[in-house]
Amino acid sequence: MKDFIIPWNERSDERDMGTPAKEGKPVTLTIDGFEITVPEGTSVMRAAAEAGIQVPKLCASDNLEAFGSCRLCAVEIEGRRGLPASCTTPVAPGMVVQTQNEKLRKLRRGVMELYISDHPLDCLTCAANGDCELQDMAGAVGLRDVRYKAPEGAGLANHFEARDTSGQVNPEWLPKDDSNPYFSYDPSKCIVCNRCVRACEEVQGTFALTIEGRGFDSRVSAGGAGDDFLASDCVSCGACVQACPTATLQEKSVIELGTPERSVITTCAYCGVGCSFKAEMQGDQLVRMVPYKHGKANRGHSCVKGRFAYGYATHKDRILNPMIRETIDEPWREVSWDEALSFAATKLRGLQEVHGRRSIGVITSSRCTNEETFLVQKLTRAVFGNNNTDTCARVCHSPTGYGLGQAFGTSAGTQDFDSVEKTDVVVVIGANPTDGHPVFGSRLKKRLREGAKLIVIDPRRIDLVKSAHIQAAHHLALKPGTNVAVLTALSHVIVTEGLMDEAFIRERCDWDEFQDYAEFVSDPRHSPEATEALTGVPAAELRAAARLFATGGNGAIYYGLGVTEHSQGSTSVMGIANLAMLTGNLGRPGVGVNPLRGQNNVQGSCDMGSFPHELPGYRHVKLPEVREIFEQAWGVEIDPEPGLRINNMLDAAVDGSFKGLYIQGEDILQSDPDTKHVAAGLAAMECVIVHDLFLNETANYAHVFLPGSTFLEKDGTFTNAERRINRVRKVMAPRNGYADWEVTQLLANAMGAGWNYTHPAQIMEEIAATTPSFAGVDYALLEEKGSVQWPCNEAHPEGTPVMHVDGFVRGKGRFIVTEYVATDEKTGPRFPLLLTTGRILSQYNVGAQTRRTENVVWHERDLLEIHPHDAEQRGIKDGDWVRLASRTGETTLIAKLTDRVSPGVVYTTFHHPDTQANVITTDFSDWATNCPEYKVTAVQVGPSNGPTDWQEEYAARTERARRILPAAE
Amino acid sequence: MSPEKMVYMANQIATFFKTQPGEDVAARVAAHIHDFWEPRMRDQLCAHVDAGGAGLDPAVIAAVAELRAGA
Ligand code: SF4
Ligand code: SF4
Ligand code: SF4
Ligand code: FES
Repeated sequence: MKDFIIPWNERSDERDMGTPAKEGKPVTLTIDGFEITVPEGTSVMRAAAEAGIQVPKLCASDNLEAFGSCRLCAVEIEGRRGLPASCTTPVAPGMVVQTQNEKLRKLRRGVMELYISDHPLDCLTCAANGDCELQDMAGAVGLRDVRYKAPEGAGLANHFEARDTSGQVNPEWLPKDDSNPYFSYDPSKCIVCNRCVRACEEVQGTFALTIEGRGFDSRVSAGGAGDDFLASDCVSCGACVQACPTATLQEKSVIELGTPERSVITTCAYCGVGCSFKAEMQGDQLVRMVPYKHGKANRGHSCVKGRFAYGYATHKDRILNPMIRETIDEPWREVSWDEALSFAATKLRGLQEVHGRRSIGVITSSRCTNEETFLVQKLTRAVFGNNNTDTCARVCHSPTGYGLGQAFGTSAGTQDFDSVEKTDVVVVIGANPTDGHPVFGSRLKKRLREGAKLIVIDPRRIDLVKSAHIQAAHHLALKPGTNVAVLTALSHVIVTEGLMDEAFIRERCDWDEFQDYAEFVSDPRHSPEATEALTGVPAAELRAAARLFATGGNGAIYYGLGVTEHSQGSTSVMGIANLAMLTGNLGRPGVGVNPLRGQNNVQGSCDMGSFPHELPGYRHVKLPEVREIFEQAWGVEIDPEPGLRINNMLDAAVDGSFKGLYIQGEDILQSDPDTKHVAAGLAAMECVIVHDLFLNETANYAHVFLPGSTFLEKDGTFTNAERRINRVRKVMAPRNGYADWEVTQLLANAMGAGWNYTHPAQIMEEIAATTPSFAGVDYALLEEKGSVQWPCNEAHPEGTPVMHVDGFVRGKGRFIVTEYVATDEKTGPRFPLLLTTGRILSQYNVGAQTRRTENVVWHERDLLEIHPHDAEQRGIKDGDWVRLASRTGETTLIAKLTDRVSPGVVYTTFHHPDTQANVITTDFSDWATNCPEYKVTAVQVGPSNGPTDWQEEYAARTERARRILPAAE
Repeated sequence: MSPEKMVYMANQIATFFKTQPGEDVAARVAAHIHDFWEPRMRDQLCAHVDAGGAGLDPAVIAAVAELRAGA
């Protein structure tokens, strides 16, 4: 029958092949009479699957190493005794395998009979009915009856009956564990196949689950005795739920709604990993999100946010009607789209007439699609007639753009995520992947368990430093703000000890600049011994780390906002580029410089020309040949002067020359530093248009509110941190009536633009036609390939997984001198501690979405982490309210005592608006890009009784600003 | 923008370029400001130099001269 099997295309093939794919030399064998050739090391089960033959199985799954416990997959192999398990038996040349015969059928029926005798037979009312491998296998082996009978007068020992027939409590029965908000664990249905335990270990790397007991007594257990899922180390990634062949671990949404009937492949809208998901639907009801096996960023894995935290899309706080008001003290008035748009358009045009063309601008969103962002910057450049566009990447990765652009000629991260599988030494600096980029974190941990070495450079002892089966070789716990000094010291060691890759440098980099650089770093004042007092990093440890990185094989650097959000952010990025070039770690898999981007489409929003000095594709507006392309395409003249950056817009607003702002999907009042300054800037404007899902904090200062749509409600693309352009697909109609790109178009047209896009694919055509690195991208290609990494053009028709393979984009790589300059945000007697900020797994950015999901069970509020020593000196106990004050302002929050932070350093997250962490942060910023210095603020901490006046006043003002009048009839 | 903040930002740029090898610090500072500062900010900087340039790094003052020559 095999001849009739149609070759399936890779993406539509979602069969479980039983065991993971292997690489090795070809081995040929015969299975059920068919000859098949597979790589050495492949299991007989997988070889059979490759030949189109499914061997029955329960405990095997192709994302987990084989375990061999269920025995259902037994096969007969000529010349071998017994019936070996095909999942644990590797292929051998010339092997002759039989997967079906009477002996095997009998064995399999016997196995299934045993399983079924200890399993409730309530299939019809079970949540997994139709989606249960136990059911499937009972059918596949032809199980017709179960012969085990209870002895006279007594029950049969089992796990699934709470009480036996005489009403006695069954000691083997355990109640359901519903503690996790998203999935339940029903031990009565467990077949102890161990798949969940292995998924938690091998895929997620958390090791939260174990099998307790032996034989009939074995049980899956989360955490220690008495723990439930919520109390255990479980991070709710869902890998175990995915792996479970039965209804034992089951999504609560499926229990509630039933099994889905169709699915649509789309992309997570949370972080820069850009995981692919199947949105599984009943009509237009989303039943669950399941990580997509062929997603190239995530390879079938997910984290709690993308997998489960989509409830915000239907949250009652979502605003679905446009609203306007003359002044921000008035309550909101719900109006028609027409009225809202003409109100906004008239105001904006009026402001331009009075205050000039450059008096208004836009902020694009890193949460929206590429197509939407492209339109928003087009709105300001083509319709407003200026370049006043900026985006939240300003406050996170703008130094990456500048620093890598200077060194390599492009700001792009150099690798794909698969690259981590080939790396030998990983440097993680200023990033916390297990919380910030969890699926990448899991892939990294997998590689570390395989033996790669890890160097962590971070003021805080992040989870990667030490967690289950992972231990960093070196943790350089530097003082916040001394990144440049540490990076330069690492280079000092490499250069002075002669560990650099001279051949690479001679061939690929500017040799003269290298000479200058080598002379600079070799100066003894950059030695680890000389900088130890400043950075707090022991010299010997730093030397050892430098040697390891330079000599340990493929070296890859991953970095995050702990590098960029400093007054020397751009210089640090250059320091990272220097390290990679010095050691020849560029241009092949397993190496590279990898910025971990925060939000889902930060990369895309930068690519799409969100910055005020650059047109799409990172080309400066001053260049006439670039303006020419867009002037042709758009039929307008483009302003050759750079526009205002976010903080400059706010300054100009306070000065009175900037009056109107259209903000798509960002909450600058909460996310930008120095809240009071942002508030003053917004309050000085006459027309603030907020286009978002919720009345966010910024909307307190808005005159027009345009309701936004979620990623489930529109088509488009997101570009993740590996430059991968992934499709976002509409699975339901926008609840607010319009996708965000349509809203921008309506606003543009209300101002006379005359745009007529009917589908985002047309916007992508315009992007491709104007932007060389996207020249080859269109929706048909994305449909065919699933995703592609830019540059994608004639030279790279299928995209570019690894950059700078045969040379740097700019030609020769540039070594740039990186002199350490201390930030002026210094500790002193009044503010003796350094505050640094970060994020946690279950929440996302300012939390507008995640706070509106069950994820709050893991993070009710932001906490201030403080070292017990510092706490004791101040009379602070764990759980106390404390006052956190800086030169800029003060707030209160709850203290958490931990030695994750060093003495002298405190740490908090910024997911909740009441915390007002940005009341504390200063407006110091990166010298090149004005990226704010979030990561260093000198503070004092002291006991407190509760919220500050500002917090209370703020809460009251927010309440007032959010009043909505009932719609006029 | 407050004059203090503007002076601070301009000096930060000068501080970086002063650490770089080569003679053309003023030209590089000027190029950076030209590429990244909106005209309003450049005008404010020029006006500040005209008013005596209090607090500005000499490299910034030299850069402003270059900016004017180039514009
Ligand atoms: S949800 Fe993830 S972390 Fe939690 S037990 Fe399952 S696999 Fe482990
Ligand atoms: S919970 Fe599911 S995956 Fe885990 S052992 Fe039981 S049946 Fe297998
Ligand atoms: S939040 Fe990030 S890691 Fe988690 S599922 Fe979404 S894209 Fe993947
Ligand atoms: S599938 Fe091979 S032993 Fe379970």
